[in-house]
Amino acid sequence: MATQSPKMNIKDLKLWYGDFQALHGLDLEIPEKQITAFIGPSGCGKSTFIKSLNRMNDLIETCRIEGTIELDGKNIYSNKMDVNKLRKRVGMVFQQPNPFPKSIYDNIAYGPRTHGIKDKKTLDEIVERSLKQAAIWDEVKDHLDRNALSISGGQQQRICIARALAVEPEVLLMDEPTSALDPISTAKIEELVSDLKNEYTIVMVTHNMQQASRVSDKTAFFLNGHIIETGDTRKIFTNPDQEETENYISGRFG
Amino acid sequence: MKNTKEAAMKGVFFLSACFSIIALLLIILFIFANGVPFIAEYGFFDFIFGMDWAPTNNVPLYGIFPMIIGSIYVTLGAAIVGVPIGILTAVFMAEFCPPILYKVLKPATNLMAAIPSIVYGFFALRVFTPFIRENIGGNGYSVLTASVLLGIMILPTVIGLSESALRAIPKTYYTGSVALGATHERSVFRVLLPAAKSGIFSSVILGIGRAIGETMAVVLIAGNQAIIPDNLLSGVRTLTTNIVIEMAYATGQHREALIATAVVLFGFILLINSIFLYFKNKEAS
Repeated sequence: MATQSPKMNIKDLKLWYGDFQALHGLDLEIPEKQITAFIGPSGCGKSTFIKSLNRMNDLIETCRIEGTIELDGKNIYSNKMDVNKLRKRVGMVFQQPNPFPKSIYDNIAYGPRTHGIKDKKTLDEIVERSLKQAAIWDEVKDHLDRNALSISGGQQQRICIARALAVEPEVLLMDEPTSALDPISTAKIEELVSDLKNEYTIVMVTHNMQQASRVSDKTAFFLNGHIIETGDTRKIFTNPDQEETENYISGRFG
Repeated sequence: MKNTKEAAMKGVFFLSACFSIIALLLIILFIFANGVPFIAEYGFFDFIFGMDWAPTNNVPLYGIFPMIIGSIYVTLGAAIVGVPIGILTAVFMAEFCPPILYKVLKPATNLMAAIPSIVYGFFALRVFTPFIRENIGGNGYSVLTASVLLGIMILPTVIGLSESALRAIPKTYYTGSVALGATHERSVFRVLLPAAKSGIFSSVILGIGRAIGETMAVVLIAGNQAIIPDNLLSGVRTLTTNIVIEMAYATGQHREALIATAVVLFGFILLINSIFLYFKNKEAS
């Protein structure tokens, strides 16, 4: 990773909600085509942080940000950055599966249509490719016209992943994507995420430390709005440098 | 002691609940008991599809077809005027309105619902009627005048319910849309609005119910000729205005014919509410 410039580079990021400072000067590099996991106890700022990577925090009126986040060397908070183009490049999957109350097909096609693709054949191809990438094509291919809310939660989450992939993002942010799902669905999504890293840079927030150790290449440990430690996942989980990290992963708090 | 108190309160709640049911049953009983015998005697088809309303003729004629068509025309007209404006206003209020403006707009639309209908009618009589007479044609008492006025009168219903329907849509649909790079406008019109369609449809149905039942405002500006209007500037009489114009002096069979008109109106309201419930149940299942 030392030879390759990072896909995203965060420098001295500070974030406030009103008077409350949620993030205290974070620095982090997110390597390309790897899986970076954020772990830490509830309220440590990891979800807040992942949401600032595609400027979803812009939706919160009281939110204020200092510092820079670079995507391929360009600051995403600069005035020149088109936030809608940014979110096309940096996609997101949420904690609760949130498919639109539309057909499965229209859910997947929504993103490409948003970005100007109208040709039916092209859309068909994108829908099929995205659903295959999200490992759900075989389960839904015969009823693409069904309402996406009528399928199971685990399937809905894979529909949401497919929907995010359909706009061909470069980075995929996942905010606790399996916390609302059963173990079998969780296993499927973990497997899927491991496959996706060949093509995408993935950032994943998780409460589940086994999950972080199973799927991620890099791990960042968050505590009270600081990044305490960051490095290769294996090292963080076997031989962390910081005592707080050690305490957290061994389950002494959090 | 506690049990008797609870039982007593249960009884009070039950009686309160019964009160509105009983009131409704009595209304139905009254209009059907007074109206249905007349319809049977005069002939269902002659009454519903009769083209002539002439209660003071030597041989009185009680055909209400012109009024049925009149009610349908002004109600459709009200929907054409009021529904697009109402829905777009609701979208604006729920998703685009600056908070300062909202503080004015919201009470204003609520106030619109509280203004007595006779005041609307008087306003239209002094403003719309001369305007239409001088700028568009006819004598100003017309289908067009009634449609525009009723379109305004259904706005608070359409706006209020559509806005709640939009606000009830989970925020996650919106965030899901913007996270794909969609603009605010696209997210509102392509995700939120379709997601709220059953609630918005309900608001339209209730608005139509209000329009078809409106009386006092319409009677002032519709011209009230018992004819099938052949153009937008022609005068029109609705089922409701038919009753209110003549009830004061009607006696005997004439009076029964007016109550039978109310039976027909009631039938329309039932139909509208059934459509409303049908779509609501369909959405739920």
